[in-house]
Amino acid sequence: MEKRAFFRNRTLAWLLIAPQLLLVVLFFYWPSAQALYWAFTLEQPWGGGNEWVGLENFRAIFQDAAYWGSIGISFAYAALATGIAMAGALVLALFVDRQLRGFRAYRSVFVWPYAIAAPAAAVAFRFIFAPESGMVGALNALWPGLWNPQINGVQALVMVVLCHAWIWIGYNFIFFLAGLQSIPRSLIEASAMDGSGALRRMLDIQLPLIAPTLFFLLVINLTGSFTDSFGIVDVMTEGGPARGTEVMVYKIYFDGFKGLDYSGAAAQSIVLMLLVMILTFVQFRWVERRVHYG
Amino acid sequence: MIERTPVLNALTHLILITGLVLVLLPFVIVLVAATKDLQGVNQVPMSLIPGRHLGENLAAAWDRADFGLKLVNSLVVAAGVTAGKIVLAALSAFSIVFFRYRARMLVFWLIFTTLMLPLEVRIVPTYAIAANALAPLQSVLDLTGLSDAVAWATDIQIHLEWNLLNSYTGLILPLIATATGTFLYRQFFLTVPDELLEASKMDGAGAMRFFVEILVPLSRTNMLALAAILFVYSWNQYLWPLLVTTDQSFSTAVMQLKRMIPTFQGGLPDWNVAMAATLIVMVPPLLVVALMQRWFVRGLIATEK
Repeated sequence: MEKRAFFRNRTLAWLLIAPQLLLVVLFFYWPSAQALYWAFTLEQPWGGGNEWVGLENFRAIFQDAAYWGSIGISFAYAALATGIAMAGALVLALFVDRQLRGFRAYRSVFVWPYAIAAPAAAVAFRFIFAPESGMVGALNALWPGLWNPQINGVQALVMVVLCHAWIWIGYNFIFFLAGLQSIPRSLIEASAMDGSGALRRMLDIQLPLIAPTLFFLLVINLTGSFTDSFGIVDVMTEGGPARGTEVMVYKIYFDGFKGLDYSGAAAQSIVLMLLVMILTFVQFRWVERRVHYG
Repeated sequence: MIERTPVLNALTHLILITGLVLVLLPFVIVLVAATKDLQGVNQVPMSLIPGRHLGENLAAAWDRADFGLKLVNSLVVAAGVTAGKIVLAALSAFSIVFFRYRARMLVFWLIFTTLMLPLEVRIVPTYAIAANALAPLQSVLDLTGLSDAVAWATDIQIHLEWNLLNSYTGLILPLIATATGTFLYRQFFLTVPDELLEASKMDGAGAMRFFVEILVPLSRTNMLALAAILFVYSWNQYLWPLLVTTDQSFSTAVMQLKRMIPTFQGGLPDWNVAMAATLIVMVPPLLVVALMQRWFVRGLIATEK
């Protein structure tokens, strides 16, 4: 896509782009390069610069059972949160798109959760799931000791995942509905005339046609669950109980800023960066080619 | 669709109402809990009938979290990020689309790549930059031997330092350093007909005049959309403000929520105050999304695709 008409003033062009370029270099490329440098070096305990240690930092984190634990938890978190948020939003969008009475009200309310800051939602969900309070905690009045995410890691994980999924339902709903509305109405009308019912049309026409949206959201949700989990985990569980909700971002934060192990945290950052980059790459390459419906 | 499907319609309403309840329930619980007194909020099971203590809970939350200052901080950060990004992104997209120079595509990709890695995955090194934003320059000087040369010639040790921790600049700048807005503008600028530029050139308008008098008015919708999503995005930031502010006078409203969570020491947990604080923090972005929904949705879809 090239413009036929353009300006030739090179100095002005550079002046216009300089501020953004400077910020990007300063706060993106330099830190990313520095993370690489730190990941392969070890800071001397008494100052005197960093010593090159090769893959030592990576060997150390990959030999650490706690790190593998955090990878496992991150993946469980990602799979569950993505699954719930996407399935929930898809069902809601499909039925809102039938445009029955009141669909405008649903259409605006279903977006709201995405406006809420992760820590704000986390405080609310912490209250809802608090074992001593009168929401989910009311179960304990019937079966004492049934629900206590403060000592049960699985329950804690369920709690943070539900909070995350609630926020992301709002996000996914926006994209699913936009995808559904871009399907030409005539296609759906034609298949209705061929005698297919509304549910059949959803499965055979609408779902395949929004496959690109589906895959796009899959990648964004997975990436989002690696990054957005911090606020939720920090407010609800601080990684506990017994590291039961210690996702990768939280461990980086904890090791780097509480434990002051910059080299270890940098190595973990590199692993996480690679993961996120692979996901984005998959989105750009594989998905764009495979999912193609004219 | 002209079709009689009474059973399916009933099912549709059932599913949508269930969805509505699930989506709204957390909002309702926050709101109701914020109206109760200490006994009411600790009732098991808690009733969803509102109490009459909203005012005092809000006042207690306001005091304890020092929202007077923190909301101003949040507002400054949100306004700074929003305005900064709208301006910088427009300028850089203008340069990329309407000018020809050799490194143009390289520059575009340099900026575009930043979409790949969110701030959360590179916090450790970004934090180091915020501690001294001139460190890259220092390293360049050291590596090229310039600082040694200066030290030898003038006896002055070059030691550059620009600390961004505990400042609005430090809170705002790293959040601006992504490509979201640039990409949105670029997509839009590409659809601006060539004739417009040719005509204004013929009328003798220079580049900046074309930008201010033609492009900016045309982009008004995009700016609104961008403003809506950027405000919500920056108001809701948590991890970055947590790192760069150790001084309480720069912390933001969202950061205050964690310390509002009641502990068990000393009687019943006062969740009612915590919920009042949550309410205060969630209202501004919720208003933006509810009132500017058209722009918000448009902005999200345009920046992500």
